[in-house]
Amino acid sequence: MRLIREIGDWLDQRLKLGASIRETAEHPVPRETASWFYVFGSAALTCFILQIVTGILLALVYVPSAGEAWNSLQILNHGISLGWFIRGLHGWGSNFMVAIVLIHMVQVFLFGAYKFPRELTWMIGVFLLLMTLAMAFTGQVLRFDQDAYWGLGIGASIASRVPVVGPWAVKLMLGGPIIAGATLSRFFAVHVFLVPGLLIAFVGVHLLMVLKLGVNEWPMPGRIVRRATYLQEYHDLTHKEGVPFVPYAVWKDVFFSGFILLSIAACAVLLGPFGPGGQPDPTIIQTAPRPDFFFLWLYSVLSFLPPSAETPILLIGPAIGIVALLLLPFIAGEGEKSWKRRPIAVLTILLIAVMLGSLTQLGLHTPWSPAMDAWSSLPIPSEYLQGRTALERRGALVFQAKQCHNCHSLDDMGGKRGPALDRVALRLTQDELIRQVIQGGGNMPAYGKNLSPAETTALVAFLETLHPSGHPPARNAANDVVLGGNAEGSTSTRP
Amino acid sequence: MTATNVTAPRGMSRRAMLMKLGMLLNGIVGLVLAVPIVRYLLSPVVQGRKAGYESWLSLGGLEQFPAGQTRLATYRNPVVNPWDGETADIACWVRNVDGQTFQVFAINCAHLGCPVRWFPQSNLFMCPCHGGAYYQDGSRASGPPPRGLFTYHYKIEDGRLFIKAGEMATTGSPTANATGVRRTCA
Repeated sequence: MRLIREIGDWLDQRLKLGASIRETAEHPVPRETASWFYVFGSAALTCFILQIVTGILLALVYVPSAGEAWNSLQILNHGISLGWFIRGLHGWGSNFMVAIVLIHMVQVFLFGAYKFPRELTWMIGVFLLLMTLAMAFTGQVLRFDQDAYWGLGIGASIASRVPVVGPWAVKLMLGGPIIAGATLSRFFAVHVFLVPGLLIAFVGVHLLMVLKLGVNEWPMPGRIVRRATYLQEYHDLTHKEGVPFVPYAVWKDVFFSGFILLSIAACAVLLGPFGPGGQPDPTIIQTAPRPDFFFLWLYSVLSFLPPSAETPILLIGPAIGIVALLLLPFIAGEGEKSWKRRPIAVLTILLIAVMLGSLTQLGLHTPWSPAMDAWSSLPIPSEYLQGRTALERRGALVFQAKQCHNCHSLDDMGGKRGPALDRVALRLTQDELIRQVIQGGGNMPAYGKNLSPAETTALVAFLETLHPSGHPPARNAANDVVLGGNAEGSTSTRP
Repeated sequence: MTATNVTAPRGMSRRAMLMKLGMLLNGIVGLVLAVPIVRYLLSPVVQGRKAGYESWLSLGGLEQFPAGQTRLATYRNPVVNPWDGETADIACWVRNVDGQTFQVFAINCAHLGCPVRWFPQSNLFMCPCHGGAYYQDGSRASGPPPRGLFTYHYKIEDGRLFIKAGEMATTGSPTANATGVRRTCA
């Protein structure tokens, strides 16, 4: 014990850091900030440090070469003892880091911490969020599998839509004309050198500003922030009723960080590392690429945007979002901090949460994508076939063989791209069914060229049976008058 | 006091000027270094503009592509690095329209580049990502794609099918403007 102290003294005589470290550790903070609501920033930093450590460990083995990366990940997973665990820590650490950074941001927003004098701390935080997301995306690319390959394709396709310089942007992003070795190398450089370097610098400034300006006080309804008086008020708050950061507040940070590290380790052990999925071979096209969890909402957005508005929204939308976040402390730099008196702020958070949550949920189910193998793997339920005429059963066969099932569900099985057809005969008359099948429309391809007249007749006869028993199918009453009552063809009913 | 008043501004100004000169020198050096650095960074663009990435590649004998059918073909990208591995193998769809006329479609969906699959039963290309669909002639059928499939230029020599390829098919790449995309009304 004495030896340790002597070594410490020897070092401090030369480094002269002890006093300032002690001063920093014991700086007074407002009493109420020793709270479990104030632990997310330090937890994000803990995740970042974990990512650096596990990242270096992975780099000992990983080969950033398009031809070898996938194999080196297999070696990490299966060939090196506990390589799978380090990959699991890094992958789950990434998910936790994004989640905690987002929670930290929401807390800071709802507690009004971005207001005077912490505007710049917030702006640097916005850049830290963007860099965290950049790390998540580039990290997904380094897991060089089919999802990574086609994810790069999506990135390149978005870049190509930039007016005038689009084709250049694609080649700069890919490092060449196609997604290949040069692409992986530059994403490796961005993920391992460029963004982490920036992150370390920005985290340093962010932390320094928290220390210099003091942590945001607990917002009290009615305690208004004014530029003229705030600094004095904050000084009084910390120096008259404040407590030293160490040990009054810090123990909660330490406990929460430990809990987060334990959770990441538990996820890594119980759920294992992420992938890699299939080999990044572009000639294997039997694949349904999907981004990682935190980009699923974006995946959903991309399938819902109308073609005419897609390019401007894709290119301008992110810029508007970032500028809005950066301008926030200038638009609302003063005033009420407490979320209890800021209903619009609370509603904004709720709206964004519901929006991102719904889009993520949709991204997990991809109802916009045809179920590629429904036509060959999902049979038509037998109750839709019993008691049918030969023509109607022939139509059911056409329904399967022409892959209608890939987009239309029967009895909740099959694609969700188009409407479910269990009750289609209630909605459309025979003529309307024929028109819809042949001409398409409303986002359905036209099948006129792909169906013989006999096939169309059979298919429509089958579709006309799709209505609940007791409900007669839709019919055009005018036809009854003009053509004499029996114009709707066969009118079979469900058993 | 008087001595400092007289000497300080003169000494300051001389040192300040030297410092400014030093900064100017570093500024010039920075510019001189920036030119090759930017040139290095832009090399993927410059190389493409100078030599072009595209060349004529064989997809194999015509017998592989029966009339009236659409078949998957693969080729090795003409511009490769030794460490590209399997990523330099690119797939495309070859449609033999009538034995004389061909259409060669890029594998990449015109929406955001995912690999489209051909379904001969319904004569449609379908994309697994965001639900785009195309007719057999490559024109857009439904979903988010803003246009039909990208098409390669092709030629037939000595009973073999050649296409002009070498760049990933995106909006703005050579394939995006190649002939062959006919718009058909749904």
